[in-house]
Amino acid sequence: MRIEVDLDLCQGHAMCELEAPAVFSVPRKGKVTVTDPQPPESERSAVQAAVRFCPAQALKLVDD
Amino acid sequence: MRPRDAPVVSGGTADGGHLEELRSAPIELMRRLRAECGDVGAFDLAGRPVILLTSAEANEYFFRAPDEDLDQAQAYPFMTPIFGKGVVFDASPERRREALHNQALRGDMMRGHAQTIADEVDAMVADWADAGEIELLDWFAELTIYTSSACLIGRKFRDQLDRRFAELYHELERGTDALAFVDPHAPIESFRRRDAARAGLVGLVRQIMTDRAAGPPPRRGDRDLLDVLMSVRDGDGASMFAADEITGMFISMMFAGHHTSSGTAAWTLIELLRHPAELARVVAELDGLYSGGAEISFQALREIPRLEAAVKEALRLHPPLILLLRAATRDLEVCGYQVPAGALVGASPAISNRIPQDFPDPDAFVPGRYAEPRQEDLVHRWTWIPFGAGRHRCVGANFAMIQLKAIFSVLLRDWEFELAQPPESYRNDHSKMVVQLARPCVVRYRRRGARPAGTPAARPAAGG
Repeated sequence: MRIEVDLDLCQGHAMCELEAPAVFSVPRKGKVTVTDPQPPESERSAVQAAVRFCPAQALKLVDD
Repeated sequence: MRPRDAPVVSGGTADGGHLEELRSAPIELMRRLRAECGDVGAFDLAGRPVILLTSAEANEYFFRAPDEDLDQAQAYPFMTPIFGKGVVFDASPERRREALHNQALRGDMMRGHAQTIADEVDAMVADWADAGEIELLDWFAELTIYTSSACLIGRKFRDQLDRRFAELYHELERGTDALAFVDPHAPIESFRRRDAARAGLVGLVRQIMTDRAAGPPPRRGDRDLLDVLMSVRDGDGASMFAADEITGMFISMMFAGHHTSSGTAAWTLIELLRHPAELARVVAELDGLYSGGAEISFQALREIPRLEAAVKEALRLHPPLILLLRAATRDLEVCGYQVPAGALVGASPAISNRIPQDFPDPDAFVPGRYAEPRQEDLVHRWTWIPFGAGRHRCVGANFAMIQLKAIFSVLLRDWEFELAQPPESYRNDHSKMVVQLARPCVVRYRRRGARPAGTPAARPAAGG
């Protein structure tokens, strides 16, 4: 599992950080940082929620 | 090869081009443009070309373009007299980006906002009888003044507002005639009323500031945004911001979220009342969620799929903004067409949201189109654009959806509604750039479980 971010679209809402704090970090002013770009399978449902609730639709979960 | 000039839509007059049609029937103008010209076409705004984009490919270009190419600042001249100089669309791209990254819209603030909104709805229905009528435009416009001021500025400020603020604010919104593209200070009635309303709002805010300045200083944990702005001093120790500037900031913070949320709430209710089977499903969904005692502040942040689908479909059919604009800062090319420097470039939610290839049966209210696997809002992210898209996608979209979920969680839990007019008589007024529901727009309410008028009350058992 791999995470793709479209930084054109990120607006720093930090919903992803609420859903999957082990994987995403968003500073008070700025855009998302993926702290764990290839998270373990145990994070899958949290990452799926982050992708789903991202208000800017900037995240994608990719299975290669 | 030099890109082609975009084809120009029919109609228009020698002096104003298509200005008069934009002022009276903008959707008809844009629909005809797409029919005649296709994905990229032009109309003439009193001598200034507007290149209107409507397809997914053209919209993606529009929504991904950097501010350095397609600039918002020069595109909305009708907003400057409303906000005042130096506020939002009159500032540099950097300043705007920063101002828009509003701390109040971060995810961790949303639970508090949902509770605030539910409380405001409770307060608005507190004086309702068991049955009655409301004018949707007035009612939701007043409610969303309270919710947006409470959530974005602070409850303390909101508690110092009353109806007058909502009424003046409405006059501001009415002052967005497209004639502003030619002259934002043209001598017409709606612009005079706009300027008087802004002065009235400054007066209300100044009075609140005077009262606060005369009172004891606020306790540390009890400061709202107004207290903070009042406490900022310049180098000489004088107040940095006058009432006029603070009012301008508040007007601009509230503007994007006000008429938009108000109109969407009204249209969601109207469409549900036009489609009783859909309404029944939404009410059943809410009853199921809240029968177990869930808090609105929790539930409004989670998925409420049928209600959300109804809101999305109301947004698709009745987008609060029908024309999004940018100004081309240099010569550009879109889908093989020339965009000359200085032209306005537009994208239209009203048109793109109804492209039949992307949204089958485009004029029908079909919330099912958002369920898996169709998910037409996600699959067609560059044509499902009630919130815009890309780098300038509405930063308040998440807040807006939470707000609508909180509003309908309260309203549909305790009340039943019915249309008080023929279903097709509800419509939008497109004579201003800020779209509002046209009057009359009345619905009836009745407390759930209340007896219809004339039914005798059950007598308590005698004796005992």
